[in-house]
Amino acid sequence: MSQLEELKAAIRGHLDSLDCVIGWEEGYDPLHATPLFIHTEADLDRLNISPLAVHNLATYATGFKGTKIGIVVRGCHSRSIIELLTEKLIERDEVVLFGLCCDGVVSQRKIRAALPADPGFVEAVEIGADELEITIAGEKTTLKVQDVLADKCRICAYPDPLLADVLIGEKHAERPNDVGLACQDDFEAKSGAEKLAFWQDTMSRCIRCYACRNVCPMCVCQDYCIAGSRDPLWMSQENTPAENFMFQMIHVSHLTGRCTECGECERACPVDIPLMLLRRYMNKQVREVFGHQAGITLDKTPPLLTFQVEEARIKERDW
Amino acid sequence: MERFITQANLERLAQALAEKSSVLAPVASGGTTTFRRLRPGMQLDFSRMAVISPKDATFPRNETLLTVQRYPEESGKRLELKEHLPEGEIVVIGCRPCGARGKLIFDPVYETETIKDPYYIRRRDGATFITLACARPETTCFCHSVGSGPADETGSDILLTAVEGGFVAKAVTDKGEQLLGDSLFEDAGAKAEEAAANHAKARELMGEAHDYASAAKKLLERFDDMDFWQMQSAKCISCGACTYMCPTCYCFNITDDEAGLTSRRLRSWDNCMSHTFTLEGSGHNPRATKAHRLKNRVGHKFSYYPDLHQGHIACCGCGRCIKQCPAGVDIRQVVMAAQEHVDER
Repeated sequence: MSQLEELKAAIRGHLDSLDCVIGWEEGYDPLHATPLFIHTEADLDRLNISPLAVHNLATYATGFKGTKIGIVVRGCHSRSIIELLTEKLIERDEVVLFGLCCDGVVSQRKIRAALPADPGFVEAVEIGADELEITIAGEKTTLKVQDVLADKCRICAYPDPLLADVLIGEKHAERPNDVGLACQDDFEAKSGAEKLAFWQDTMSRCIRCYACRNVCPMCVCQDYCIAGSRDPLWMSQENTPAENFMFQMIHVSHLTGRCTECGECERACPVDIPLMLLRRYMNKQVREVFGHQAGITLDKTPPLLTFQVEEARIKERDW
Repeated sequence: MERFITQANLERLAQALAEKSSVLAPVASGGTTTFRRLRPGMQLDFSRMAVISPKDATFPRNETLLTVQRYPEESGKRLELKEHLPEGEIVVIGCRPCGARGKLIFDPVYETETIKDPYYIRRRDGATFITLACARPETTCFCHSVGSGPADETGSDILLTAVEGGFVAKAVTDKGEQLLGDSLFEDAGAKAEEAAANHAKARELMGEAHDYASAAKKLLERFDDMDFWQMQSAKCISCGACTYMCPTCYCFNITDDEAGLTSRRLRSWDNCMSHTFTLEGSGHNPRATKAHRLKNRVGHKFSYYPDLHQGHIACCGCGRCIKQCPAGVDIRQVVMAAQEHVDER
């Protein structure tokens, strides 16, 4: 039985006892998937778990409090669920997790860069075992999934769900959990002036649509976000690179020790702002200072949600 | 009047115009293409439709409406208000027909007999649109279903059509005709026919149009059916990508930035997908959930606006809201679901 059939069978077994199960289906064109809310057997037929099914569905979990739902999770998505549970933002007995051992998902940006014409003109996509055959204007291009994998998948340490009620697929061999630490050393080695120029240019594209915030499974106060508060007026609505960057700094600060690096903020950004540069840098600091990684186990409190009188790695008395 | 211009000369024209006025053009940067103020050295990117619409030209994402200066009591003066009406002209180069036409949705709202928005009117009157006809549709394009097409001239001053070696430029307005007098343009000759053939080919590629005629009525019929709207909005994450990308969304927000004795009144794009949209001072919001808010966005474009303004659909079919939605909400599907809805009760 294929992974998809196995997953469908597992969901079918739970469908009656759940309000809905969230998975993916083919979206507005054959190159894009979209979240699917499965209520019936007919909905289940549309389920799709190809490498195009990228969305972190854990982001919907807090919206279903008080009901019982199922969520299909890949490795990184299960980390978001663990973090939500750790922070008591969802209840364990209100979610059934259908875990997929994951070989990675695509980056639409990389597909765009690899194709000879704009992917907006796509006519058909054949999804093979490890290839995508994409037809644009009658011409076929074959891309290896490995070549267009999302960056997060290239450095993924946890391809298999760390928490699941049903596990589909074969587990991967254990990977070292520091593979990603050096992935943006090139950027971090740039001078302050170079980084400033980069962010000034990049942030001039930001339109403050807050897709990065709303797609984030950990950004749970979005309706009451300080970016939209009138009274007090914490942030100007002025759309300048400085204000836009200020919002991103607040965003990343509020995710300190909580971000599970699912990469949704960067994926959702309509103007391709590489937000993971900020996330990964912050996460690296958290690992150095607190020895903490978000969403790995259920028994550790995120470092900024608690305090130690004396932090083991912060030498307060040495100055 | 139809003339011809090479790609290189069009770039020259853009840079020359940028010396005299503001030029907004699609520029590739950081793996994406957005409209940017053209500066020397920037390359135009006509290979894809810009991610953000050209709405910024006539309705900027943010503008200062007025500044307020207060004075200490002992100075005798109390308050000084200064209006900041937009100055100067702007030329948009390389927008698509949907973007140029989309901005016309603003007129019946911002310039009526009783209400005139001087900021909008000034910008609109100072704007020139040099539009590029589309050669082929993207999967998200549906301009032909909302009364337009890949070579629609409505709202443009010049319509460019890509032909061998450059572009055929057709003057649509007097303003456009004046621009075509520039020495960078050549005789179009037989290329005009090539352009016409390309228009026909692009239209053919779009296939059959969907008929939205019943949408206004059918959406109203679903107004109180919150089950329907909850289903449709389930995957929406309530961000503003759809509305901010949209050429026709015209809602705005006003905030005061205060600093000591000075303050600035800002107008910025509002977003009907947001929790704070129509949030009243009392804390009550008539559109309390994302289902209510999606109903508003879709209903406004395909039902309420057409009802008020001679049946015109307030959607230009550019598909940006579909393509840029992080969750893939497809406005075409939502409207169609309402049109095809069968009441089972």
